[in-house]
Amino acid sequence: MQLLHQVKYLIKKEVLLEWRSKYALNGVLLYVVSTVFVCFLSFVSIVPVTWNALFWIIMLFASINAVSKGFLHESKGQQLYIYTIASPLALIISKTIYNVLLMMLLTLIALFFYMMVFDYVPQDLGLYIVATVLGSLSFSTIFTMISAIASKAGNGGMLMAILSFPVIIPVLIVLIKLTKNAIDGLDRSVSLDEIGLLLIINALVAAVTLLLFPYLWRD
Amino acid sequence: MNKLWWKILGSVLVIYTAIAGLLLGVPHLAILNETIRNLYFHVPMWFAMLTLFSISVFYSIKNLLYGKEADDIRAVESVNVGIVFSILGLVTGAVWAKFTWGQFWSFDVKQNFTAVAILLYFAYLVLRNAIDEQQKRAKISAIYNIFAFPMMVVLIMVLPRLSDSLHPGNGGNPGFNSYDLDSRMRAVLYPAFIGWSIIGYWIYTIRFRIRTIENKQNS
Repeated sequence: MQLLHQVKYLIKKEVLLEWRSKYALNGVLLYVVSTVFVCFLSFVSIVPVTWNALFWIIMLFASINAVSKGFLHESKGQQLYIYTIASPLALIISKTIYNVLLMMLLTLIALFFYMMVFDYVPQDLGLYIVATVLGSLSFSTIFTMISAIASKAGNGGMLMAILSFPVIIPVLIVLIKLTKNAIDGLDRSVSLDEIGLLLIINALVAAVTLLLFPYLWRD
Repeated sequence: MNKLWWKILGSVLVIYTAIAGLLLGVPHLAILNETIRNLYFHVPMWFAMLTLFSISVFYSIKNLLYGKEADDIRAVESVNVGIVFSILGLVTGAVWAKFTWGQFWSFDVKQNFTAVAILLYFAYLVLRNAIDEQQKRAKISAIYNIFAFPMMVVLIMVLPRLSDSLHPGNGGNPGFNSYDLDSRMRAVLYPAFIGWSIIGYWIYTIRFRIRTIENKQNS
C-alpha cells in the first residue's frame, strides 16, 4: 500500500514538473516533426517498406532523447532527496510508467503527423497502432533502466547509446516485422507470434529491472 | 591428483573429439558432404560460451550480494574468455558457410543476431572502462551483465527460430539429429560439449589467477 501511494505521488510529481516546463514534450515533438519534415523533403515519394523503417528509426532516436532525460538530467542533490523519501522500487516503477505514458503520447502524435505528411495510411491501421503502443512500451522500459545505469556510471549520452543499442536491436527487428505485416494488411493471426514475443521481452526486462534497480540506486 | 582430474578429463575429451571428429564415419549428404564434421567444432564453441557467460552471471549476482572484489574479477574474466569462444564460433560458422552457402557472411539472421549478442558483451567491457572507481565499477557492470544475459539468450536462441534462416535446425531446415540415425555423431558431439566447456573453464581460472596476482602487485 505504501509502495502504491509512493508510486502515485512520484508520477504526479513527474507530470507536474513536465507540465510546468513542457520541455520534454515540446522538445521531442519538435524534434520528431522536424525530422519527419526533413525526411519528407529528401524522399518526397516513398515505398511502404522504407516508410516503415524510417518511422522506427525516427522514433528510436526520439525515444532515446525523451527517456534518457529522466535520469541523466537529474542533479545529484535531487536524486539524494528522492532517495531519502521514497523506496527505489517506487521510483523505478513511477519513472517507467511515466515514460511509457509520455512515449505513447509522443509516438501516437508522431504517427499521425507522419501519415499526414507522407499521405500514406497502412492497410491495417489498427494493428499498426497496437504495434506503436507496444513499441513505445518496450522502448521506455528498456531505456529507463539503461539510462539509470548510464547516469550512475556518470558518462551520459555516449554510454547510453553503446549500452542500449544491442539491447534494443532485437526489439526493433520484431517491431519492424510486426508493422510490415500491418502495412501489407495480412491476417492478424499471423502477427500473434511477434506480439507475444514483444510482451515476453517486456515482461523479462521489467522483472530484471525490478530486481536490479534497488542495488543500482544504493550508493 | 585430486585437483587435476578434471583438467585431464577435459584434455582427453577435446583430443578425442578432434581425432574422432576428423576420422570417424559421418552420414553422406549432398552439399554438406564432409563439412558436416564442422558440427563437432562449431557448436561446442557456443556451448562453452554459454557456460562461461553463465559463470559470469553467477559471480555478478554474488558480487551484488556480498560485494567482494574477487567475484568482480571472476565475472569479467569469464566474459573475456566467453567472448573469445563466441568469436571462434562465428569464425568456424563463417568458414563452414563459405563452403555450403557460398559466402563467409550472407547476412543470415543467425549470424546477425549472434554478432549483436557479442556487441552486447563488448558494451559491457566498454562500460567497465568508463568507470574509474573500483567498487562502483564492480556494482554497475554486474547489474549490466545480469541485464544483458537474458537478452543474449533471446538473441541467440529465440529470435533466429522465428524467422527464415539457412542455418541447420532453424527456419524449417533439418538439424543434425535427423541425419544422425545411428547416434554416431552424438558419440562425438556430446563429449565435445563437455570437453570444450572444461577447457574454457580452465582458461578462465588461469586468467583469474593472473589478474589477481597483477592486482596484488599494483596495490
